[in-house]
Amino acid sequence: MMDIANRFDIAVIGAGHAGCEAALAAARMGCKTLVCVINLDTIGAMSCNPAIGGLAKGHLVREIDALGGEMARNIDATSIQFRRLNTSKGPAVRSSRAQADRLLYRLRMKKILENQKNLTIRQTTVDSLRVEHGRVTGLRTSLDEDIAVSAVVVATGTFLNGLIHVGLKHFPAGRMGDSPSVSLAGWFRQQGFTVGRMKTGTVPRLDANTIDYAGLEPQYSDRPPAFFSFASDGDYRQPQFPCHITYTNEKTHEIIRGSIDQSPLFAGIIEGVGARYCPSIEDKVMRFPEKLRHQIFLEPEGIETTEVYPNGVPTSLPLATQVAMIRSIKGLEKAVIVRSGYAIEYDYVDPLELLPSLETKRIRGLFLAGQINGTSGYEEAAGQGIMAGINAVRSCRGEEPLILDRSQAYIGVLIDDLITRGTKEPYRLFTSRAEYRLLLREDNADERLSEIGYRIGLLPQQQYDRFREKQREIDEGIARLDNTWIKPSPDIDEQLERLQSTTLKQKSSLSDLLRRPELSIDDLGSLVSHDTRQAVAEIGASRFSEEIQLRVKYKGYIERQDEQVRRFKKLESTQIPADMDFTGLSGLSNEVVEKLGRVKPVSLGQASRISGITPAAISVLQVHLRKRSFESKQDKGQR
Amino acid sequence: MELGHADNRTIAAISTPPGAGGIGIIRISGGQALPILEKIFTPARADCPFETHRLYYGRICNPADAKLLDEVLAVYMQAPRTYTREDVVEIHCHGSFLVLQSVLELVLSQGAQLAEPGEFTKRAFVNGRIDLTRAEAVIDILSARTRKGVDLALEQMSGKLFCEVDAMRATLVEVRALLETAIDFPEEEIEIADHRALYERIFNDVYEPLENLIARAEEGRIVRDGVSIVIVGRPNVGKSSLLNTLLQEERALVTPTPGTTRDTIEEYIDISGIPVRIIDTAGIRDGVEEVEQLGIKRAKESINRADLVLFLVDGSTPIGDDDRELFRSIAHKPFITVINKCDLELKITPDPGLPMIAQPLLISALTQEGLTDLKQLIFKRLTGGREQWQEEGCSPNLRHKAALAKGLEALGRVCDGLQSGLTNDLITIDLLACFDHLGDIVGETTTEDVLDVIFEQFCLGK
Ligand SMILES: Cc1cc2nc3c(=O)[nH]c(=O)nc-3n(C[C@H](O)[C@H](O)[C@H](O)COP(=O)(O)OP(=O)(O)OC[C@H]3O[C@@H](n4cnc5c(N)ncnc54)[C@H](O)[C@@H]3O)c2cc1C
Ligand SMILES: Nc1nc2c(ncn2[C@@H]2O[C@H](COP(=O)(O)OP(=O)(O)OP(=O)(O)O)[C@@H](O)[C@H]2O)c(=O)[nH]1
Ligand SMILES: [Mg+2]
Repeated sequence: MMDIANRFDIAVIGAGHAGCEAALAAARMGCKTLVCVINLDTIGAMSCNPAIGGLAKGHLVREIDALGGEMARNIDATSIQFRRLNTSKGPAVRSSRAQADRLLYRLRMKKILENQKNLTIRQTTVDSLRVEHGRVTGLRTSLDEDIAVSAVVVATGTFLNGLIHVGLKHFPAGRMGDSPSVSLAGWFRQQGFTVGRMKTGTVPRLDANTIDYAGLEPQYSDRPPAFFSFASDGDYRQPQFPCHITYTNEKTHEIIRGSIDQSPLFAGIIEGVGARYCPSIEDKVMRFPEKLRHQIFLEPEGIETTEVYPNGVPTSLPLATQVAMIRSIKGLEKAVIVRSGYAIEYDYVDPLELLPSLETKRIRGLFLAGQINGTSGYEEAAGQGIMAGINAVRSCRGEEPLILDRSQAYIGVLIDDLITRGTKEPYRLFTSRAEYRLLLREDNADERLSEIGYRIGLLPQQQYDRFREKQREIDEGIARLDNTWIKPSPDIDEQLERLQSTTLKQKSSLSDLLRRPELSIDDLGSLVSHDTRQAVAEIGASRFSEEIQLRVKYKGYIERQDEQVRRFKKLESTQIPADMDFTGLSGLSNEVVEKLGRVKPVSLGQASRISGITPAAISVLQVHLRKRSFESKQDKGQR
Repeated sequence: MELGHADNRTIAAISTPPGAGGIGIIRISGGQALPILEKIFTPARADCPFETHRLYYGRICNPADAKLLDEVLAVYMQAPRTYTREDVVEIHCHGSFLVLQSVLELVLSQGAQLAEPGEFTKRAFVNGRIDLTRAEAVIDILSARTRKGVDLALEQMSGKLFCEVDAMRATLVEVRALLETAIDFPEEEIEIADHRALYERIFNDVYEPLENLIARAEEGRIVRDGVSIVIVGRPNVGKSSLLNTLLQEERALVTPTPGTTRDTIEEYIDISGIPVRIIDTAGIRDGVEEVEQLGIKRAKESINRADLVLFLVDGSTPIGDDDRELFRSIAHKPFITVINKCDLELKITPDPGLPMIAQPLLISALTQEGLTDLKQLIFKRLTGGREQWQEEGCSPNLRHKAALAKGLEALGRVCDGLQSGLTNDLITIDLLACFDHLGDIVGETTTEDVLDVIFEQFCLGK
C-alpha cells in the first residue's frame, strides 16, 4: 500500500515559469498537487533577462492574469521599471514591459507556492515516469521515491541533457549553476518521443560599480505605472531604477571577428538550433557586417545587487574575449564581468507530439509545457503552464479540455502554432503571428478570458467581480458617447476648426466625432453643453479611458475583424474525427498523408494551417468529410 | 454524377475529338486501369513489364474470342504522376470511329464505366491536382455555348486566373511583411519602406490589376450566360426580315401585310463569340384584335427582360406618332436605333437633336447592307465599348467577381490608410482581408459555402 503522502492528483515537474503556473492552476482548481524542483531556491528563477513582457509577450502576461494566473501579479509586485512599448505603432500592438528585481521576483513566487492550499513542494529530481495501459500513473525520483499520480505536467525547461558552452569549453548543466536532467531526458527518448536539440544563450553580467554611466542616455520608468494585472492599481511597489543605453562599435566587432574561431557556434560544436530573431552578438556581427553598431540596454538586476544585465550581447565566446569585447564599449571601459555569458544546448520534444490540450498523443495524462516544447521566453512558458495545469485537472476529472483558439488569445495562437506546425527553432511569439490582432489587445484580455477563468474555477470571485465592474463602466462610457448628440451650429464649427477638424454636416454622436482620427476624448468636452461636459470629462479621466476610446474609435475595424473571425470559425468548426485514417484517401500525396498522420488535426481549419498542406488537399479532406457525414446519416436513416 | 476520391470506379472514354485524325486515344483512369489493359492487350514483345510512362506496341484482342480489334500503342502511367492522380492507361488506336468505339466497348465490358463529360478533370480536382479556378473552368467548358466561351474556359483552365491572383497575393504578402517588421522589430533599425512607396506598389501591382479583372468579369458573364436582344418596331418595318437575315435562314414569316408576326419568336445566334438570344416580336400598334393584342403584350414583356433593344424603323416612310410613342416605351433600356430598308428612297434622316434617331444605323434586311456594321455595333454595346475581344486575359466568373470586389473594397481602405498615416496594425487588417478574399478565388482560404456552390455543380454525393 502506498503512503497517502505519496499520492497526488497532479505532479508538476519543474518550478520555472511554466511549472509555477501549472502547479498554481492545478492547486487553485482544487486538485491535490505536487511540484518537484531540483533546487528549491530556484522556484520562479529567471534564467536570462530580468524582465517580463514586451511585444506580444505583454499580451500573454495579461491573458495569464485574466485566467487567474500569477505572473502578472508577481511582476507588478517586484518590478523596478515599467514601460509601455509601441505606443505610436497602433492600438493593437501596444505592449507593456517591466524590469524585475530578479531576487524579489523568485522569492515572492516561492512564497506564493508555499502558501498555496492543496500544493506540496519538494526539492527532488524526477528520473522517470510510470506508464500503465498508455496512461501515466506515477513518477520515480533520483532518491528512489515512488509517487502515484493521475496526471503529470513536465516543465523542465532547458534542463533535459543541458550542455553549457563558453568558448570551446563545455560541460553538462541545466542552467549555469544547476545540474542537468539526464535520466528524464533518457526516459523521453526511450518512450519513443521525437526529440531534437536547440540552443539559446545569455549575456555576461557586469558590476554596476565599475560602469561609467556619465555619458550614457538614461531611460526612466513610465508614470503612472502600467501594471500587468487587472487586479493591481495604485503606485509602484518598489523603488524605480533607470536603464542606460550604449552601443557596440567597430572595435567591438573587430574583437569578435578576431576570435570567431573560438566560438562554439561558428566552430560547429553546437548542434542545437538557435532562434533567428534572438541571435548572439557574434551572430549579429558576422551576419550583418554592414551594421556599424548594435544597441545595448544596461538593465539593473535588482535593488540589493550591483549586477547589471547588458541586454543585447548574448555570447558564448571565451571569457577573455567577452572581457575585451565589453571593455571596448562606451561606459564599460573598466567594467568587470561577474558572471560569464554562455550558450546552452538542450533536448526539446517535438510539439507535434502534443494535442491542443498540451497532453501528449503517446501517453494519456502526460502534459508538457514551456521550453521543453521548443519555445523560448518566460511568458511563452507561463502561458503553456497555466493551460497544461488547467487541462491536467480537467483530464483527472474526465472533463473536456479547455482549448483557446486563435481568435481568443495569443495563448491560443502560440499553442496552435506549436502543435500544428511544430518548430525547428526556439519559438517566440510576435504580434504578427496573430491574425486577429486588433481583437487580441492587452487591454481587453480580461474581456476575452475572465469569464472562462471564472467558469473553470481558477479566477477568484473577487477578481471576477472587479472584471464585471470594469465591463459595466466601459459599457456605460460607450453608451454615453453613443447617445450624446451634437447638432451642427456655427459655434460647434468654430470649435471644430480650432481643433483642426472639419465642420459638422449633420447631427452626430460624440462617438462619431471621436472616430475622427484628429479628435480625442479631451477635445470632445469643448463641444458639449455644460452639464454633459462633466460626464465626458469623467470618461476621459476613467481608469478605462483608453479601452473606451479604443472601442469607439476603431469600431469599424473591430467589426471587420469580427467578420474575419466568423469566416475562420467555419473551417474551425468542421471537425475531423480522431479515428480518421488519412492513408485511405487516395487523393492525397504520400507527403500530405504523412503530415496529416503526424499532426492529426482536430479540425479542417487546423489541417489548413499545417505547412505543406495545399488547398487542393483541403478540398479532398472536405469532400471526404462530407461523404462520411452523408453516409453516416444514411446509415442512421436505414436503421 | 457520383464523385469523390472514395469513388473507386474505373472510368474510360475516347479522349480525342470525334472526326478524322490519324489516331484516337482511349483513356482509362482508376485502380482497374492496368488489370484491364493486361486482359485485352497482347504485347509484341514477350516480356512486357509495363513500366510507368512507357509506350508499348501490341494488339488489342477480345479475350472472349481472341478477335483482333486493332494494332495499338499502350501506355501505363502509375499514380500519382498522372492527370487524375489515379492510375491511368492510354491506348492509341487507329483513328476510325468504329475501331475506337469497339475498343472502348471492350474496355467497358472488362469492368470500366463510361466516363461522364469532364469526369477526368473532376477527378483531378478532387484528387488535389488542380485548384478551384481550374476545376470551375471544367464546368465552363462543358457548358460553353460558343467558341469564345470554350476559349475563355480553356484560358482559365491553363491556370491564368490562378497565376494572376497568385501574383497579387504574393505582393500583398511582401507588403504585409514590411508593415509587420516595423511593428514587431522596432529595435532593428532596418530600412523599412515608407507608406508612400508601399502605396504605390499596392496601387500599381494589385489595385489596378484587380480593377481590370473585375471589368473583365463582365465580359466573362456575357460569354458564359449569353445575352438577349429584342427587335422592336411598329408593324411592317422589317423585324422578321432582320431576324431571318441574322439567322441566315427563313425562320419567321415575312409578308407585306402589317401584323404578320403574332407571337414572339426566339432564336440563338453567335455574335463574335457571344451567345445571343434574338427575339422577334409582334409589331406594336393600337386597336387591333385580341390575338395580336396578346402578341403585343408579350413583345412588351420581352423588352423588359432584354439586355439590349434593337429599335427598328422603316426608312422608306416618315417617322410617325406610333414610332415616337414606341420609342418612349423603350428609351429606358439600352437600345440601338436601326433604320431599315435603306435600299429604298430614304424618307427620314438622322437628327442629332432627336435621341430616337440621334445615331442610327442604316441597314437593309433585304440586301444585307449594313449587317456587319450592325453586328459590330451590337458587340460594342454589349462589351462596354470594345471593338474586339482582348487578346489576352481570363475573365472571372460571378463567384470570382464577388470575391474580387470584396478584395478591392478592402484594398481601397488599405490605400487610404497608407496615404493618411494610419497605423500599421490597422492597415494590415484590410490587407489580410483582401488576401483572404483573393484566396477564396483560388481555393486557398476556402470556406464551406464557397465549396458548397462549386460542389453543387459537380453533383457531389447528392
Ligand atoms: C542561458 C539561457 C538563455 C536564455 N535566453 C533567453 C532569451 O534570450 N530570450 C528568451 O525569451 N528566453 C531565454 N531563455 C529562456 C527562458 O529562460 C525560458 O524560456 C524559460 O525560463 C522557460 O521556462 P520553463 O518553465 O519552461 O523552464 P525553466 O525556467 O528552465 O525551469 C525548469 C524547471 O524544471 C526543473 N527541473 C528540470 N528537470 C527536473 C527534474 N528532472 N526533476 C525536477 N525538476 C526538474 C528545474 O529545477 C526548473 O525549476 C534563456 C534560458 C537560458 C537558460
Ligand atoms: N425593300 C425592302 N423591303 C423590306 C426590307 N425589309 C423588309 N422588307 C419588306 O417589308 C415587309 C414587311 O416585312 P416583315 O419582316 O414581315 O416586317 P415585320 O416588321 O416583321 O412586320 P410585322 O410582323 O407585321 O410586324 C415585307 O414585304 C418585306 O419584304 C428591306 O430592307 N428592304
Ligand atoms: Mg414580323
